[in-house]
Amino acid sequence: MIKIKKISNYEWEIPKQREMKVPGKIFASENLIKEMQKDITLEQIENVAKLPGIINSSIAMPDAHQGYGFSIGGVAGFDVDKGVISPGGVGYDINCSVRLLKTNLTIKDIEKNKKQIIEKLFKNVPSGVGEKGKIKLSKEELDEVLKNGAQWAVKNKYGFEEDWKHTEENGKMENANPNDVGQRAKARGLPQLGSLGAGNHFLEIQEVSEIFDDKIAKKFGLEKNQITIMIHCGSRGLGHQVASDYIKLMEKEYGFPKYDRELINAPIKSELGKKYFSAMSCAANFAFANKQLITHWVRQTMKEIFKNFKAEVVYDVCHNIAKFEKHFVDGKEKEILVMRKGATRAFGAGRKEIPEDYRSIGQPVIIPGSMGTSSYLLIGTKEAEKISFGSTAHGAGRIESRSKALKNLNGEKIKRELNEKGIEVISGSIKNLAEEAPQVYKNVDEVIEISDKVGLTKKIAKLKPVAVMKG
Amino acid sequence: MKYKFLNHTADIKFQAFGKTTEQSFRNSFFAMKNLLIGRKKIKGKIKKEIKIFGMDLNNLLYNFLEEFLYLLEVEEILVEKVEKIKIDKETFKLTAVIVGDSAKNYKLAQHIKAITYSQMFVKKIKTNWVCQVVMDI
Repeated sequence: MIKIKKISNYEWEIPKQREMKVPGKIFASENLIKEMQKDITLEQIENVAKLPGIINSSIAMPDAHQGYGFSIGGVAGFDVDKGVISPGGVGYDINCSVRLLKTNLTIKDIEKNKKQIIEKLFKNVPSGVGEKGKIKLSKEELDEVLKNGAQWAVKNKYGFEEDWKHTEENGKMENANPNDVGQRAKARGLPQLGSLGAGNHFLEIQEVSEIFDDKIAKKFGLEKNQITIMIHCGSRGLGHQVASDYIKLMEKEYGFPKYDRELINAPIKSELGKKYFSAMSCAANFAFANKQLITHWVRQTMKEIFKNFKAEVVYDVCHNIAKFEKHFVDGKEKEILVMRKGATRAFGAGRKEIPEDYRSIGQPVIIPGSMGTSSYLLIGTKEAEKISFGSTAHGAGRIESRSKALKNLNGEKIKRELNEKGIEVISGSIKNLAEEAPQVYKNVDEVIEISDKVGLTKKIAKLKPVAVMKG
Repeated sequence: MKYKFLNHTADIKFQAFGKTTEQSFRNSFFAMKNLLIGRKKIKGKIKKEIKIFGMDLNNLLYNFLEEFLYLLEVEEILVEKVEKIKIDKETFKLTAVIVGDSAKNYKLAQHIKAITYSQMFVKKIKTNWVCQVVMDI
């Protein structure tokens, strides 16, 4: 068993030992640490600490659980000259991410017909296992998507300029060269653009149930009882194949670490390292465009029901991504590579990466709860920049396996229980409802509490589910 | 036993067994098929030869299983069985014939995002070959 040292009530350390280049740092309560000790989460945090050029510590967020390569909820910064980039630090679902829309409706407007609304959305937004998107693209058009992300979609009349302006990276990672994405990845991506996918991906209608900071909530244009819509999806087969392809290219060129083949990597400045970053950026853009298309169909659908319906993007955050960012290392500001795998960027006020109209308050952070539990809107802090490379958790984090969930839970019953709580649920797969039941996740409130207490984020609003559509 | 599923917090983990490497690979495919479609039978309307190359046994297994994701998402073929599977353990080349049907005719039970190297092994334990795989779903 891996030894850990308690630093404070919410911080733990895996002391530097053997091949580790830096210690491990975990933000968690006693309770959450116990959950992490049940699988190989700590081992994965330790393995990341062995990677060349890692700065400071291998960090894990309160929602951390076993992944592959990095743990989910794993964050690490790397020296640009001596460090490496690893597809295992980003994950297969590149830019799996969350967008929050605010609407001009309140709970009163939709309470009576929420079932009808979610059914209509289910019909109009492609989702589920094996489902394809509803737009047909040529190969040349796909290249444009990969280069321009959400901005491609807006240019093609799927939304407004304000949408991508409220998206991380302006909805477009620069220097994304479609030539660095393999044919197989493009072939998998082509039919899937504009689809939600399955598993933990969802579209949810929510009600602002609690405001923690009136002033900032007002800046975001949010008030109590207002309806918001959350979209959670990623880069689909295109991103998965980019990860696979580069894992194989890197192991051919550089071999792989004995402690975990999934942590295969390439020097950041090597040809292959740069190509992976470019291909990853393309996949990230695919995910940005994907959410932009879904936003468009949500607007279209809602307008059929509410003639004057309006939805604006509050913000859109990446959960699985690598980025070049400036951080203070040993008292000096320098550019480093930060990999966030199942973690959210949480910059404090003033950073140039934050959209202009939010810059004075800090970056919006969106953390979805599990199905049937509340999600949160928070803001990042200067403290986060100091202790976690400006990062926080990305969700509730699983504690129980899907196989156990299927054995012990019944999808129909989960649906009934949610209905009794006043939450409508629709899914192409009853099985998925059992696999994604709230019982198999950590308590999101606890994850948020720790993020708050450690000072990584500040709570702004709580968003209660009203109707959920699951893939 | 052809294969068994093991506990994994977030994803799917299985072990597949066989008297030969070929059998353990084929049973890995059956575990994956079980995930994708359950116990339903897929018609044998399409027959196709596949050739897979690897740099070692783990990599070959990874590539072999990934081929089924590609067949499904791009060529829209759902595979019922793998015949005439041959593995050259020196050059790490696999050849086989897959038999299946158009995926359009079936409702899938599970989405698989990717095969991973996480906790993967292919090894002979006593007289049996065992493949262990974690898949990202």
